Amino acid sequence: MSLLSTLGLSIRAGTRCLVEDVHFSLAPGDRLGLVGESGSGKSLTALALLGLLPPGLVASGSVRLAGQQVIGRPDRQIAPVRGAVAAMVFQDPRAALDPLMTLGAQLAVPIRRRAKAEGRRLSRHDLRDRKIAALERVAIDAPERVLAAFPHQVSGGQRQRVAIAMALACRPQLLIADEPTTALDVSTQAEVLALLDRLVREEGLALLFISHDLPVVAGIAERVAVMAAGRVVETGPVAEIFSTPRAPYTQALIAAARRLDDALGLRR
Amino acid sequence: MTRYLMRRTLVLVLSLIAAGLVLFVLLRLLPGDPAAALLSVGADDAQIAAVRAELGSDQPIAVQLGHFLADLARFDFGRSFVSNAPVAPEILSRLTVTLPLTLAAFALALAFAAPLGILAALRADRWTGAALSALSQLGLAVPVFWIGLMLVWIVAVRARLLPASGFPTEGWSDPIAAARALALPVLTVALVMGASLLRYIRSATLDVLGADYLRHARALGASFPEALIRHGLRNGAAPVISIIGIELASTLLGAVVVERVFALPGLGSMLVLAIAQRDYPSVQGVLMVTTLLVLLIGFAADVVQRLIDPRLRAEERGAS
Repeated sequence: MSLLSTLGLSIRAGTRCLVEDVHFSLAPGDRLGLVGESGSGKSLTALALLGLLPPGLVASGSVRLAGQQVIGRPDRQIAPVRGAVAAMVFQDPRAALDPLMTLGAQLAVPIRRRAKAEGRRLSRHDLRDRKIAALERVAIDAPERVLAAFPHQVSGGQRQRVAIAMALACRPQLLIADEPTTALDVSTQAEVLALLDRLVREEGLALLFISHDLPVVAGIAERVAVMAAGRVVETGPVAEIFSTPRAPYTQALIAAARRLDDALGLRR
Repeated sequence: MTRYLMRRTLVLVLSLIAAGLVLFVLLRLLPGDPAAALLSVGADDAQIAAVRAELGSDQPIAVQLGHFLADLARFDFGRSFVSNAPVAPEILSRLTVTLPLTLAAFALALAFAAPLGILAALRADRWTGAALSALSQLGLAVPVFWIGLMLVWIVAVRARLLPASGFPTEGWSDPIAAARALALPVLTVALVMGASLLRYIRSATLDVLGADYLRHARALGASFPEALIRHGLRNGAAPVISIIGIELASTLLGAVVVERVFALPGLGSMLVLAIAQRDYPSVQGVLMVTTLLVLLIGFAADVVQRLIDPRLRAEERGAS
């Protein structure tokens, strides 16, 4: 059974169609990259998967998370599916974390929710241990300091690590990462990417990795879906997409990536 | 934080002294001699000189300034030119009308503006939100005195539920009569204040609703109400609090109109009367007390904002 499947997913703003007839599916452990330029509808698609589209945007078609239909269900029925089945890491951790709460307090929320769902109550001590373990899992050096800090007091990379720790604390089966490294500086990008890759493998999670950067996606995903102007123009295994791209848009995308590599002298 | 409080207090005191200086200069720039204003037309030079000596206005300006500041520090605003009664106790008794009026109106305004403002934001794309927005716009557009007069007409004249104007001469020793007298003025001010608060609360809520941290919390499994309460309230409150400070101060100063409409013996009506009668000590006293209150409100708003937002505290640490 597939963990996530969409069928004919479309997103409209009034009469304008932003995303049209998207379909893909992920089995447990699958790693799918969703590639496309900005404005191609990748992020909206990701939000629609969790039923979190901003007001004014309407999704139609079908999105099933662990067998449960997301589209058209009232929010309070979808809320328990979020986190438990699929958790999300956002593009800009500075905006995604509450500026007025310590990182420790924010990390505690999904940990407590998970424990409650499992029918356990955590003592203060347990909670603290779990918070520290969660931060160590995402390779944060000084967990105590980071727990007490507010988001503006740590680096961008650390903020994104905390956001990843929060997502993992939900113990989801699927991680949706929406351009998780775009807001970070280049050296941190590689670290966070490697961390994400390792954690997804170790936890056996399914991954939906969204990026405009085809080479990055190729490094972390097994399959790629290429989006352009709100439609999926091509889907296939990474190697196949790179060697024999069929859609003109994919060919252009690969050519652009190659040109960039040439210009940087990275091509081997 | 202690350091900040100390510095902020110093700023408060300095602002108060600066306000006192401005007032001192302005009162002495006014045309005419206060002594002449005090006496009837046709007083002879000896009488004027005697009054000047009594007022101290025959002394050098620096000495006058020194006395003025020393008196201010003791909250001694002198005696009224008109009644010869000390000004400070009069101000205190007037405050027992103006402060309850302002604070009760503020509490009432917040009590209806907060839930309605949040509702207006949550229902922004539905008719309830549009209706609330339109109503608050109307509340802003309509003058205070008109609302007051309408309330008087409906509640006092037609329904005869509450007194139309006045305040018991014995003040709060008859609390029920005093409260009944204040009911309509409070409602009037609350409606006007609430209309503008509602708009600010609505826009702060809209900001929060579009924020990434709210979506993030929900993406990890928080229900919408849970996320809104945990992250929305404080993030939405921070900008509203600075507005609340300004609103509260302007209501305090704007009470003049409402006090006129309802013939209340408040600070505003005292100021209007004192200006008409050229009663400088009273003018000066009322202005100093309202300045102090406005400064205190600003102080409180700043401190509360700092308590809510760690980024402001960090700035402080970086600066010192």
